[in-house]
Amino acid sequence: MLLLFSCFLIAVCAAIYPNQFYMIPTPPDHDDFIHSEEFLNALMKRQLKLSIACATAFLILLCGLPLLNYFAPIFMAQRVGGFTLAWLILGVLFFPYVWIIARVFITRSMALENEEVGRAAEGNKRQS
Amino acid sequence: MDFSKIDLWILACSGITVIVTIWMGFRSAKTSKSASDFFVAGRSVSVGWNASAISGEYLSAASFMGIAGMVMLSGYDALWYPVCYACGYLFLLLFIAGPLRRFGAYTIPDFAEGRYDSPVFRKIAVCFVLFIGFFYTMPQMKGAGTTLAYIFPGLPYWVGVALVGAVITLNVALGGMKGITLVQAVQYWIKMFAISVPVFVLLSVYGSYGKNLSQNHSAADGTSPPAIVQTVDRAITDRHALPEKAPKDEAWIAPFGPLTTKAAKAAGLTAAEAKPYSLLYTFSLIVALVCGTAGLPHILVRFYTNPDGVAAKKTTMWVMILIGVFYVFPPIFGVLGRNFLPELYAATGSKGPDKVVLELPILIREKYGIMGSILSGITCAGAFAAFMSTFSGLLVSMTGALAHDVYGRMLRPDATPEDRMKMFKWCAILVGSVSVLLGSMVEPLEINFMVGQAFAIAAASYFPLLFMSVWWRGMTMKGAATGMLTGGLCALLSATLVNASTLALDKGPMGKLFAGFGGINDFWKVHPLLRILCEQPAIWSVPLSIGLMIVVSKATRATIPADVRMKMLVLHAPEDLGLKQEYIQEQQGAAH
Repeated sequence: MLLLFSCFLIAVCAAIYPNQFYMIPTPPDHDDFIHSEEFLNALMKRQLKLSIACATAFLILLCGLPLLNYFAPIFMAQRVGGFTLAWLILGVLFFPYVWIIARVFITRSMALENEEVGRAAEGNKRQS
Repeated sequence: MDFSKIDLWILACSGITVIVTIWMGFRSAKTSKSASDFFVAGRSVSVGWNASAISGEYLSAASFMGIAGMVMLSGYDALWYPVCYACGYLFLLLFIAGPLRRFGAYTIPDFAEGRYDSPVFRKIAVCFVLFIGFFYTMPQMKGAGTTLAYIFPGLPYWVGVALVGAVITLNVALGGMKGITLVQAVQYWIKMFAISVPVFVLLSVYGSYGKNLSQNHSAADGTSPPAIVQTVDRAITDRHALPEKAPKDEAWIAPFGPLTTKAAKAAGLTAAEAKPYSLLYTFSLIVALVCGTAGLPHILVRFYTNPDGVAAKKTTMWVMILIGVFYVFPPIFGVLGRNFLPELYAATGSKGPDKVVLELPILIREKYGIMGSILSGITCAGAFAAFMSTFSGLLVSMTGALAHDVYGRMLRPDATPEDRMKMFKWCAILVGSVSVLLGSMVEPLEINFMVGQAFAIAAASYFPLLFMSVWWRGMTMKGAATGMLTGGLCALLSATLVNASTLALDKGPMGKLFAGFGGINDFWKVHPLLRILCEQPAIWSVPLSIGLMIVVSKATRATIPADVRMKMLVLHAPEDLGLKQEYIQEQQGAAH
C-alpha cells in the first residue's frame, strides 16, 4: 500500500515538474492607483485584519470549550435547567453566538468595501 | 419480506416525497437547458429562496439521521458534529467565500486553473472532487439502505441501497435534478418541517429537552438521584432501562466520552490516562469539520447564484441561521432515543441507532394511535429528502468532473457535444454503480462518522489550496499541487485504513471480506495514539499540507504567475471597481 502510494506520488511529481521552467514576471501595464502595490497591500491587510478578528472571537469559544471541559469538569457539569452547562453551551448557545459574529463581519466588511471604493476613486483622482 | 408489517402511512409519505422531488427536478430541468442557466439560476430568485437552496443542498443524511444516531450512541462528544457543520460555514464566510465569488470561478478545479493558469493543475484538482465525493456518497447510501429497511421490514440492507441508487442515478442520467434552486429550496423546508414537528410533539409527550437530559446522571451530580422535575405524569417521564451495550450515564453526558476515548480504552488505559488522548481527538475533529466545510466542492458553487456581493452576504447570513436552527433538533432525537428507545443500542448496522429519527415517533402510537405513524412517515420523508438531494448533487458534480474533465479534456479533447452528452449519461451510471457498491459495504459504519471523514479529506486538500491561494501571493502551482496532493492523500489513506479495520470487526459478510485488515486492530491496541491520528487525521494533515505548500512555493519562487498582482486585485478588490471585467478582457486579448 505504502509502496503504491509512493509510486503514485513520484509519478505525480514527474508530471508536475517536467522541467524547471523559469518565468520572469512582467510588470502590469497599468499605472493608476487601483493597480498599485500600495492599494492592494492596504486592501488585503484590512480585509485579513477583519477576518482574523472575527475568527479569533470564534476560535476563543471553539477551542476554549474543550479546554474548559478538560480543566474544569465539575464546573461544566453543573445543571442549568436540566442541561449540563457544557451541553447547554455546545448544543444550544453556540449557534446564536456564531450568528452574532457573522452579522458583525458582514456589516463591517460591507462598510470596508464602500470605504475602499471611495479611497480608490480619490487615489485615482489625486494621481491624474 | 413480510408485507403485512409495512405501515402504509410511512410508505405514503415517503412515496410522495420521492415523486414530488423527481417531478420537480424534471420540470425545472426542462425550463433551464444550458450550463449557465444552471449556474445563474439564483439570479432570478430572492435572497430567501437562495438561502433555502444552499441550506437544502448542505443538509445530508448525516445531518438528518446521523447526528441523532451518534448523539444517542456517544453522547456529548457527538455534539461537535452539528456545531462544526454549522460553524464551519463562518470560516468559509470569513476567509474564502468573498474572494472566490469575486474571482468568478464556478468550481474548485476552475479556480485552480484560473489562479495558476495551469490546465495540468486543474486535472489534479479534479481527482479530489471524486475522492471527496465517493466518501460523501457512502453515508448517503447507508441512509438510504437504513430508511428502506425500516419502511419494508425484512428487506436486506443492500437491496435498499441498490434501489435508491438506481432511481437517483437514472434520474440524473436522464437530465432531472440538476441542482435547480427551487428543488433544493423546497427540500430544505421539507427537512426542516420533518425534523422540527415530530420534536415538538415528542417533547410535549415526553417532557422538555432539559428534563430528558436531567434523567441522565452525571458524575458531578453526587450520589443523590438525578433531579427530575416532577410536574407531569411520572410514568411519562420515566426512562426505559438501558441494555448492557449502552454507555453508562456518567460517560455519556460528560465530555470525553465513548466516542473520543475508544482507542485509549481499547489499549487498556485508565480513564485519567485516556483523557489527554480524548482532548487530542476532539481538537482534531474540530479542525477537520471547520476547515472541511470551507473546502467542500458542492457548497462553494452556490455562492455564484447571487446577483451581487451584497445579496451574497445577506444570503450567507440567512444560511447560517437556517442551518443553525436545524442543527438544534437532531440531538434532541438522540437524547429522547436514549431514554425511550434504548433497545437500539443492542442492534448494529441499519437496525442500530442511526434509525432513531425514523423510529422514535412510532412510540406515541400506543397513546395517540395513527398520529405516531404519520409523524414517523414525516421523518422518513425528511430522510428521503436528505439523502436524495445530497446524493443527486454529488452525482451531478462527480459525473461532471468525469465527463467534462477526464473524458472531454484528457481522454478525447476532440469529442463532439453529442459524444459528451452521451458520455455524461454513461459516467452517471458508472459513478452511481460505484457508489452503490461502496454504499452496500459500509452498513456497520456510522453515517455521521463517514461524513466526518469526507470533511477531513476536504480539510487537508481543498481548504489549504483555497485559503493559501487567496491570501498568499507567493504560492506557485507546484507548491499548491504538492501540498494538496500529499495532505489530501494522507487523509484519504488514513480514513480508508480505519474503515477497513472497523469493517474487519463486523460479524456479518463484511467481516469476512475485510478479514485481512484485522491485524491492524491488534497494532492499534498497542498504539492508541496512532489510531487516533488515523481516525481523525486533520490535526496533522492540514498543517502538513500548508507547510508543504509554503516550502515548495518558496523553492519554486520563480514560477509565481506573472500577473499575480492582477489576480490578487480581482480576488480582493470590491466588485464595484469593475476589475473582474477588465481582467477578463485582458485574458481574452492575450488569447488572440
